[in-house]
Amino acid sequence: MPAVAMTVNGKAVTADVDPRTLLVEFLREHLRLTGTHVGCDTSQCGACVVHVNGKALKSCTTFAWQVEGASVTTIEGLAAPEEPLHPMQEAFREHHGLQCGYCTPGMIMSAIDIVNRKGFALEDHVIREELEGNICRCTGYHNIVKAIASGAAAMGGKKVAA
Amino acid sequence: MYAFTYHRPTTVRQAANLLAKHEDAKLLAGGHTLIPTMKLRLASPSQLVDLSQIDGLSGIELKGRTIVIGAMTRHSEVANSPAVNENLPALAYLAGVIGDPAVRHRGTIGGSVANNDPTADYPAGCLGLGATIITSKRRIRADEFFKGMFETALEPDEIIVRISFPVVQKAAYEKFRNQASRYALVGVFVSKRSSEIRVAVTGAGGNGVFRVPQFEEALKKRFSPKSLEGLTVSPDGLNGDIHGSAEYRAHLIGVMARRAVAKATA
Repeated sequence: MPAVAMTVNGKAVTADVDPRTLLVEFLREHLRLTGTHVGCDTSQCGACVVHVNGKALKSCTTFAWQVEGASVTTIEGLAAPEEPLHPMQEAFREHHGLQCGYCTPGMIMSAIDIVNRKGFALEDHVIREELEGNICRCTGYHNIVKAIASGAAAMGGKKVAA
Repeated sequence: MYAFTYHRPTTVRQAANLLAKHEDAKLLAGGHTLIPTMKLRLASPSQLVDLSQIDGLSGIELKGRTIVIGAMTRHSEVANSPAVNENLPALAYLAGVIGDPAVRHRGTIGGSVANNDPTADYPAGCLGLGATIITSKRRIRADEFFKGMFETALEPDEIIVRISFPVVQKAAYEKFRNQASRYALVGVFVSKRSSEIRVAVTGAGGNGVFRVPQFEEALKKRFSPKSLEGLTVSPDGLNGDIHGSAEYRAHLIGVMARRAVAKATA
């Protein structure tokens, strides 16, 4: 089988991988993009969420081959090194929407997906409902929800008080 | 996960030929049931046939008084489709309460229906609306399609191409989620199409989705939640497990059915 090819964070990549290779394994082990995490490995926790052609999906439950030719964005692709953080990353920092940080990449990728689908003005209950597929096991969701509301507003060009 | 050979046919015929040739070949649609099952080694197909490169398997069309949905259409597309929301909002709602947003971006209607998980939502929608499953070989009425737990009328080399749903006058779906998995502990889909009343239950049956004739008879007289008051379902043959006993599920069927009828008539 020829090598699988896709675009990851704007760069064309290709690798010879076994058909069993999950997208998350492709990202972490072949491309060394270790920001995308494996939490539960059963599509429940959302630590592995990345965007494929602009939509959030669980990369632990997708074969790399299934997204051949697609454009993949991982947490590393949100802001270039030395550049300011993405507004959603900045909001998580500002509101301390994390404790250990393990779930954070998936939370942020899901958060941006929520904004893409639901807009910049997000009510708390909408954020909580839409976060159904992301689990945080240490800090609770309060600051995560605050961070997402603020990050969403910032993505829409509005500054919200911390 | 055990190794497999990966195929990406570009026509339904090629995919069907691969199924006919390899006894343990499996179709890969969204993969959101199959991949976890393969990780657990509960499934170990030697050949995996990815349907994603076949044109024409995805999309939603309003054709007269039916909504036709391609087998590879994602749950999120059904949930957000203007055609489905206008004509069959109950089906859009059902698609929108499957899994979570990321899962809905990948999971497909054809995959869900072909798998016939006894706790999945779409079997209730198909049976509750009297849908027709259109395959590579024939048209199968939902009443003849769902044969038991993970069992369908599909032949080994038969592939779902699309599913046709009649636009009904009234319909609603109510789901009591398992708190951990979010699958239906009990889900009830009700519909009214002139004199045809359907009440379909998922999550509870030991043999998968089923209809409730005594509820349907009562609703024929008057399509109102009041018609269901005092009516019960026997726990015999229902699932009982750590998440809920058969008696509890039987009780929930009544509650969910009344809520669904109330929603459909609101």
